[in-house]
Amino acid sequence: MTSKNTKRFEDVRPGEALPELAVPVTVTLINGGAIATRDYFPGHHDADAARALGSPHVFMNILTTNGLVQRFVEQWAGPEAVFRSLKIKLGAPNYPGDCMTFSGSVTQLDADTRTVEITLGGKNSMGNHVTGTVAVVLP
Amino acid sequence: MADPQLLSDARALVGRQYGRVYAWDEVNAPMVRQWCEIMGVDNPVYTDPAFALGTRHEGLIAPPGMLQVWTMEGLHANNYPPGSTDENPYEVLKIMEAHGYLSTVAVNSELTFTRPVRMGEKLYYTTRLDSVSDEKATALGTGFFVTLVMSHFAEKASGDEPVGELLFRVFKFRPANAQAPAKVEAAPAKPKRPLPGVSDDTRFFWEGCEKGQLLIQRCTACQTLRHPPAPVCIECHSFDWDTVQASGRAALYSFVVMHYPEVPPFDYPNPIGLIELEEGVRLIAGLVGVDREQLQIGQRLQVEFQTFDDQQTLPMFRPVDA
Ligand SMILES: [Zn+2]
Repeated sequence: MTSKNTKRFEDVRPGEALPELAVPVTVTLINGGAIATRDYFPGHHDADAARALGSPHVFMNILTTNGLVQRFVEQWAGPEAVFRSLKIKLGAPNYPGDCMTFSGSVTQLDADTRTVEITLGGKNSMGNHVTGTVAVVLP
Repeated sequence: MADPQLLSDARALVGRQYGRVYAWDEVNAPMVRQWCEIMGVDNPVYTDPAFALGTRHEGLIAPPGMLQVWTMEGLHANNYPPGSTDENPYEVLKIMEAHGYLSTVAVNSELTFTRPVRMGEKLYYTTRLDSVSDEKATALGTGFFVTLVMSHFAEKASGDEPVGELLFRVFKFRPANAQAPAKVEAAPAKPKRPLPGVSDDTRFFWEGCEKGQLLIQRCTACQTLRHPPAPVCIECHSFDWDTVQASGRAALYSFVVMHYPEVPPFDYPNPIGLIELEEGVRLIAGLVGVDREQLQIGQRLQVEFQTFDDQQTLPMFRPVDA
């Protein structure tokens, strides 16, 4: 859950680890995420279509991955952290029945702009589904 | 090798600007609520007007991760709102497809936010073809990295305001090992490491690995060592050979660190060494226990053996003190 209190820039230490977040990958999450991001590509909601593409099942779309990355960082940073960037590289697909666990740590602090950079990864049973950096401005 | 015409046709489009794509709807609470629900985002600054009023934003804002959502076409492909461009910002990919580069995989999505998007704003974006890479060989196959930049704006009577950008990169490629869509499985199988092709010339090496021995081929006529294994001595052309067990002491002759694209089941960054054994021959093997910032040419290494997927034992090299 997102803390009610936003972290203050002064409270963040270089190298500080974010609490891990395990996200069970379900058909509901993949379908619901695709539709909530208005992505109707069949491979994200139609298992037969996904199999015809050579995938074992429906697979998560990028915009859902973005949402989950936002959640992972926001739950740590608090409600008034302002996102400056959300940059990801995509790796192994997320299929139903798997679990993606996010981990991350603070890799840069800029006192002038009160910006914190977090480097993170979301790993499933096949490897990293996503790696990347997020920059947020803290009060 | 790529047809030079392909690259020049593709590069001719670099820098091209593509027209506006409008949002069907203004930024609205129902879409935000649906998105927050499924993502598990519970920050009230997106959904609770009273809370949002008391924040630095002084009102509801949209989740930053939703930036692209507002301008998506929805159920019907390419069904964009009236006034949107009918140009195709992905036309460069069609050129590559015409040359047999049929597969596409998204590799990077980089969102940068100029300012939060507020409830009720109406967005659009324009696209610029940013770059087309040289032909690259990757674990997935051979092809081109194509980078597009989508600049997002909020419509304002007083002049439209930039709200953020998306840098989107795809890899357009010919698959390395083109296979018919694999057999359908109910659950994703954990990928295994590819097995080496074993021949009569190389079998001794892999069998040695299984016994924890690093075996090097030796010409029995002139005693010259050789690796990788081959049927004939490069010095005296003799076909006669046996093997010697290497000590496993070695030095790092050169190395590369594989970063991307990440192919299961390998861990990344993946450091690979060109390793010179103290017996004088070189081989390529994975490096373990290394900090890639600390890798030094000439660094001392020692072999160890790791078994992967219960079926393949490989020599790996770990730094040791000189
Ligand atoms: Zn010889």
